[in-house]
Amino acid sequence: MKRINRYLRPALLATAALGALPAHAAGGHGPMPYSFEPDTGNLASVQRGARNFMNYCSGCHSMAHLRYSRLGADLGIPEDMLAKNLMFTSDKPGDHIMSAMPAEASAGWFGATPPDLTVTTRMRQPQWVYNYLMTFYLDDNRPLGTNNLILPGASMPNVLGSLQGWQVMEEAHGEQDEGGHGAHAGPSFKRVSEGSLSDKEFEKFVADTVNFMVYAAEPGRADRVSMGMKVILFLLLFTGLAWLLKREFWKDVH
Amino acid sequence: MAIVPNPHKTTGVLGWIDDRFPLTKLWKDHLTEYYAPKNFNFWYYFGSLALLVLVNQLLTGIFLTMHYKPDAAQAWHSVEYIMRDVPWGNVIRYLHSTGASAFFIVVYLHMYRGLMYGSYRKPRELIWVFGCLIFLCLMAEAFAGYVLPWGQMSYWGAQVIISLFGAIPVIGPDLVIWIQGDYIPSDATLNRLFSLHVIAIPFVLVGLVVAHLIALHEVGSNNPDGVEIKKHKDPATGIPLDGIGFHPYYTVKDLVGVGVFLMIFLGVVFFAPDGGGYFLERPNFQEANPLVTPEHITPAWYFGAFYAILRAIPDKLMGVIGMGAAVVIFFALPWLDRSKVKSIRYKGWMFKTALALFTIAFVLLSYFGMQPPSEIGTLISRIGTFVYFAFFLLMPIYSKLDKTKPEPERVTYEAH
Repeated sequence: MKRINRYLRPALLATAALGALPAHAAGGHGPMPYSFEPDTGNLASVQRGARNFMNYCSGCHSMAHLRYSRLGADLGIPEDMLAKNLMFTSDKPGDHIMSAMPAEASAGWFGATPPDLTVTTRMRQPQWVYNYLMTFYLDDNRPLGTNNLILPGASMPNVLGSLQGWQVMEEAHGEQDEGGHGAHAGPSFKRVSEGSLSDKEFEKFVADTVNFMVYAAEPGRADRVSMGMKVILFLLLFTGLAWLLKREFWKDVH
Repeated sequence: MAIVPNPHKTTGVLGWIDDRFPLTKLWKDHLTEYYAPKNFNFWYYFGSLALLVLVNQLLTGIFLTMHYKPDAAQAWHSVEYIMRDVPWGNVIRYLHSTGASAFFIVVYLHMYRGLMYGSYRKPRELIWVFGCLIFLCLMAEAFAGYVLPWGQMSYWGAQVIISLFGAIPVIGPDLVIWIQGDYIPSDATLNRLFSLHVIAIPFVLVGLVVAHLIALHEVGSNNPDGVEIKKHKDPATGIPLDGIGFHPYYTVKDLVGVGVFLMIFLGVVFFAPDGGGYFLERPNFQEANPLVTPEHITPAWYFGAFYAILRAIPDKLMGVIGMGAAVVIFFALPWLDRSKVKSIRYKGWMFKTALALFTIAFVLLSYFGMQPPSEIGTLISRIGTFVYFAFFLLMPIYSKLDKTKPEPERVTYEAH
């Protein structure tokens, strides 16, 4: 047994080291207290997300590569409804979603120009955006009074604070919490004032918004996936026929 | 004036052409009467698949070029324009970006086949050398193409790779400025890489592929047994006894391979075009910004091994030389292998062990080349680099010492 150990241990250590590395590589994004899977197939959710985005985000953030008309066509929103409810800065449905805020001025106001959000979910990943929007907390050391767990030092104010309610972060010490589960050493948040939405409603609000952003990052995604199904079905048939053809020809080869 | 009738005795339109151009001759020489060994296995699909991917890259590239703007201010946005406003532009772009990765997967497997069955050995040295040149072109083409979307990783990848030339003594720093056309990667750099990517390199690449195939069809294909089928010909017809016409036998067989390959390839294109962040890197969804360096600048996955070798060597110049040597050393392979047999089937334990170690080293190097620097990564990369070069440099010794098994007279094949 001892001898086996002597040979096994280096191997096990090497395996453990290999296993630990990708986790290390993924680090730098900090802990993610919430898990989130985007669902762009849920049309109602993406529509609500569009409403959320246009009302809460588009004041500062552009989606410079998404046209109102494309959004309307993809999400089944008629043009008059689009113009009345979602278009605040432009009167042409063919225009891109541009924030009215001048970039240079906003850089002065916030310390950084609010980034364009067209493909943010592809750069940061949906889960990151979801966690970012969930984890703003009060911090007196920041100029705008709030900080963010996922993006420490974020210059964005907590726009959704009145919906979520304001929260403070409590450093956890890696011990088990009251529920007995969650040995993760991540920080926890404590609500100090109620928001206009319940926890459940707010989670849904953020999920809808991120679903919309995932849609906006590639509007052609749904068409691509449905085309892919047809292509793969065709290829199954094609490969089957090709195989039969091959078998027939190769009967001559001895 | 009467013309000499063509030897194929073709008539009609084909006859008219054959009297003036060797169409039937080419068809016969390269397809119906190109006799390939009948015992090709799984590993022999990747040659024709490489050609398929090349055609995919050329065709999708033509359409991307119609909409792409090689301008530092517009490039990134024109890619998003292709993704949204060009009908099926997203699929065309994914076909091209996934195609780049598929090209390397297929070519690496194609080269590996050569390593296993000794396809580089006499009389196929030039096929191998042309192949290595194709690989070099492919690397240059992939690098140039990687920069074109002008995202963060494009930009900083270009910066890192071009700065390597700065390690060359004396002329290094000036050379970097000459290559970039500026003091940092900029619009001038993007423009010239675009020119190289869509004109110069594809032109050379296609020419080399033609040379690769001409050389192959001159000497004939190797096979998993590594024995020459031309040694045993039918005395009446002069056709190798173990040879079968490439068309129709291998065209129909490759058609099955194409079907299976396309299911996997298009599965990625349609359902997971990011390839988990390896085929389309996440930082590239942010426009290039010369003022903000990304957290980790990683090479494309297919350069991982070479990048790991670069980093494993502490001195920058030596690292660059090591990385270059890791590619160039492939050229020497036909003259390094001194084994009595070609195929791994009849080689002894030494070659098999060496190839296994080389394979492990290449995979580990590829992996750690993509990771941020770490102590264990550097250690493993150094061992990997040593094994990588030992595989080649010690080959004249171990391939000679190795006890080989006798080769069969004819290829081994069981009809199914």
